[in-house]
Amino acid sequence: MDGLLVKNGRVIDPANNRDGLFDLYISGGKIASIEPCTASVGNGTAENVIDAKGLYVLPGLIDIHTHLREPGYEYKETIKTGMCAAAAGGFTSVACMANTEPVNDNESVTRYIMERARGGVNVFPVGAATKGLGGEVVSNAGELKMAGCVALSDDGMPIADGGLMRRILEYSKLFSMPVISHCEDTLIADGGVMHEGFTATRLGLKGITRVAEEAMVARDIMLAELTGGRLHIAHASTAGTVDLVRMAKERGVNVTAEVTPHHITLTDEAVIGYNTDAKMKPPLRGREDVEALIEGLRDGVIDCIATDHAPHSPIEKDVEFDNAANGIVGLETALSLVWGLVENGIISRDCAILRMTSGPADILGIDKGSIAVGGDADIAIVDPGKEWLVDPERFFSKGRNTPFSGWKMKCKVVTTIVAGKVVYSG
Amino acid sequence: MDAKKIIMDGTGIRRALARIAHEVLERNKGIDALVILGIPTRGVNLARMLEEKIYEIERVHLPIGTLDATLYRDDLGRREEQPSLKETDIPISIEGKHVVLFDDVLFTGRTIRAAMNALIDFGRPKTIQLAVLIDRGFRELPIRADYVGKNIPTSLKEDVQVHLEDVDGVSEVIVIPKGDGVEA
Amino acid sequence: MRLKRKDLLDIEDLSRDEIELIMSTAKSFREVSDRDIKKVPTLRGKTIINMFYEPSTRTRTSFEIAAKRMSADAINISVSTSSTVKGETLKDTAKNLEAMNPDCIVIRHASSGGPHMLARYLKCPVINAGDGTHEHPSQALLDLFTVNDAKGRIEGLKVVIAGDIAHSRVARSNIHGFSTMGAEVRVVGPPTMIPVGIERLGCSVVDSLEEAIVGADVVMMLRVQFERLHRPLFPSIREYSLVFGLDTEKLKKAPPDVAILHPGPVNRGVEISPEVADGPYSLILDQVKNGVAVRMALFYLLVGGAKE
Repeated sequence: MDGLLVKNGRVIDPANNRDGLFDLYISGGKIASIEPCTASVGNGTAENVIDAKGLYVLPGLIDIHTHLREPGYEYKETIKTGMCAAAAGGFTSVACMANTEPVNDNESVTRYIMERARGGVNVFPVGAATKGLGGEVVSNAGELKMAGCVALSDDGMPIADGGLMRRILEYSKLFSMPVISHCEDTLIADGGVMHEGFTATRLGLKGITRVAEEAMVARDIMLAELTGGRLHIAHASTAGTVDLVRMAKERGVNVTAEVTPHHITLTDEAVIGYNTDAKMKPPLRGREDVEALIEGLRDGVIDCIATDHAPHSPIEKDVEFDNAANGIVGLETALSLVWGLVENGIISRDCAILRMTSGPADILGIDKGSIAVGGDADIAIVDPGKEWLVDPERFFSKGRNTPFSGWKMKCKVVTTIVAGKVVYSG
Repeated sequence: MDAKKIIMDGTGIRRALARIAHEVLERNKGIDALVILGIPTRGVNLARMLEEKIYEIERVHLPIGTLDATLYRDDLGRREEQPSLKETDIPISIEGKHVVLFDDVLFTGRTIRAAMNALIDFGRPKTIQLAVLIDRGFRELPIRADYVGKNIPTSLKEDVQVHLEDVDGVSEVIVIPKGDGVEA
Repeated sequence: MRLKRKDLLDIEDLSRDEIELIMSTAKSFREVSDRDIKKVPTLRGKTIINMFYEPSTRTRTSFEIAAKRMSADAINISVSTSSTVKGETLKDTAKNLEAMNPDCIVIRHASSGGPHMLARYLKCPVINAGDGTHEHPSQALLDLFTVNDAKGRIEGLKVVIAGDIAHSRVARSNIHGFSTMGAEVRVVGPPTMIPVGIERLGCSVVDSLEEAIVGADVVMMLRVQFERLHRPLFPSIREYSLVFGLDTEKLKKAPPDVAILHPGPVNRGVEISPEVADGPYSLILDQVKNGVAVRMALFYLLVGGAKE
């Protein structure tokens, strides 16, 4: 018997308009039944029981944008440590980016990743959009799709060649794969290391104007409109990007967008003191951008929250700001950060859950992100009121690079269940 | 509260300076090659007053200057706060001169040691002589004054303060319990 | 008196009182450089390391002379850096230096915030001798000192800083310094060289050099830093000098007793014409002379006291 009973928990699944005290009976990796607690009978057959009294039972979180670093950069993260970090953060599925060594632009690498990722949280590889992330030749999208990739992206290597981007958007239609675009015109960004604004001027750091992002968002939206391709804007960071996506959606363009937890909780002022753990691309922006991103999240212009989990070793972060690597870890703090916005009444609880579950699932076209009878038993059980202190030394991730060290956060993941199996228990 | 003792008033200070002026002239057999240097802060005023007394007698102006010995102190690395620096202004070469250093109070002798070292970096005077308004004892170095306004037996629980018209608005020497009053 | 800090990393942090303390201390030190024996024993037995990650003649020499005139043992380390060559990290360097128990580190670094990073790892005082495009505090202090000396005050003066503000650490430090001391600061330069939000540092922005120097008490011409311009921010040197170079003709717009400053080294004929650089109101050489006194003052105030 592999039965698992999660009883007495408050099941919140906004995708199915469910919010109440239910017992979940899980069998064969699937949700077998969802019964109101009071009516629950005959569960004595379950081998294992989890009492979720006083806890929230949520659909497992889905991260559409993670860097697992393996193969090639195992000193930063391995697939295993990344999966553990995901599980500890309540994530049951993650999509991992292609910037490994070798690059995930062929079925061998894709299969390697999937082989290494067996057991634990679900890992969905994202294939490279161009061969070797070189930005010159469209990758073998069909091969990647067949091997298991769910999307195409060159992520941190923005595709400067607009003509090539057009072909990628066109070609990927054949395989119904979204093209995830990290929008940054590197010539406009011109070597900048943080958001262009007063703080950059004050610190004497070279700024990156919002236009570096927005110019490419505009281009990619127009190309998506031209081709009918499936465009997904990675980590939107500016108010202008939100406007561009909003207008595109109103015109019916096939575009979606994500935002990271840090871009909706921090501003460029987090860099003060030359904090390399606040260095990432796109950079943390101004207060008005944070507000516009949150507005976009509320009204659905932004479809999902993605961590852009980017583990680095101290070798790359404990250096001068100019020389520091971009990116921060995010899997283990994402839910609590977003929950902070819920607690402060900035976004609704249901909005938060949707954007971290069914939102990303819909973009990737995977049948996950909700709690339904017959569906995959991917569950996160969380204690919404539980306070915890962020101590990077206790992360499961190999990366310690977080600007949230020492933050007191609410909402702690208690148990993470993937396909009916407990993969994390805090 | 009022534990202050006035041990010298304005007249007393003037008389002491007049006497020191005579002693300086007597000992140096006139004013040839004499230079007076005051040690900040009040030593500078005393040096000026001494020069005036000598002018009254000799009708010749002596060169006077200021020598701040702070940079030569032996306690710089031991103090929480760095003492604030004062001006140093030595208008003529002191090579071969008879230099009279003037300080307000002679106590441990450490300031004078520093001042002598500082002075020697400016040249090689023929002699260095020391004038003080008050000698309160408690020497920690083998140093003595050549000219003394007044010797005062004190305790280490006391501070001796010299106040001068130009700096403090009143001329007097007072003894107060340590920690009272303004800066020493 | 003592600076209420371990390190001197930026002017932005300094209070008016602290700047005044540094200036009055520097005044006392200026006389030391005029003596026959230009040396006082104040820092005998102290070790001061000058670490320069960028080429510098003037600033490095000035710090070295300052240290030596105070009897400290000054050691110069020039580190040639290129982002392509992976050398020892700054953190490792800091640990190695710490092991040698120095009493002060003077550091110039190509990256903004480099000295701040070093200061976090070192117990001894760290003096920023220029970091990237951030600050150059000792330069601003000697500029303040020089202007105060020439004009008798800083409060209420109209100070123009002209040139490549975006890439200038001297500009940032001086904007902070002069505005903290109550002067009115105007910056002027090609729009491509005026960084976003600079006015929030405490200055106004003017487009035209001729306009900016009307009524100015002080005009500080910045060096055009060709080495920092991987993509030119102006069409040609000739055009720059035509529009933003200070020559005798443009200088006529300024009051006759205007003081001219330049942090050096001067690109003669680019940002400033030789006639102006060598003219009667040029304080450029006073700046150099005062630089030693100001740096001695910094050593005195930061290095001299008791260790924790």
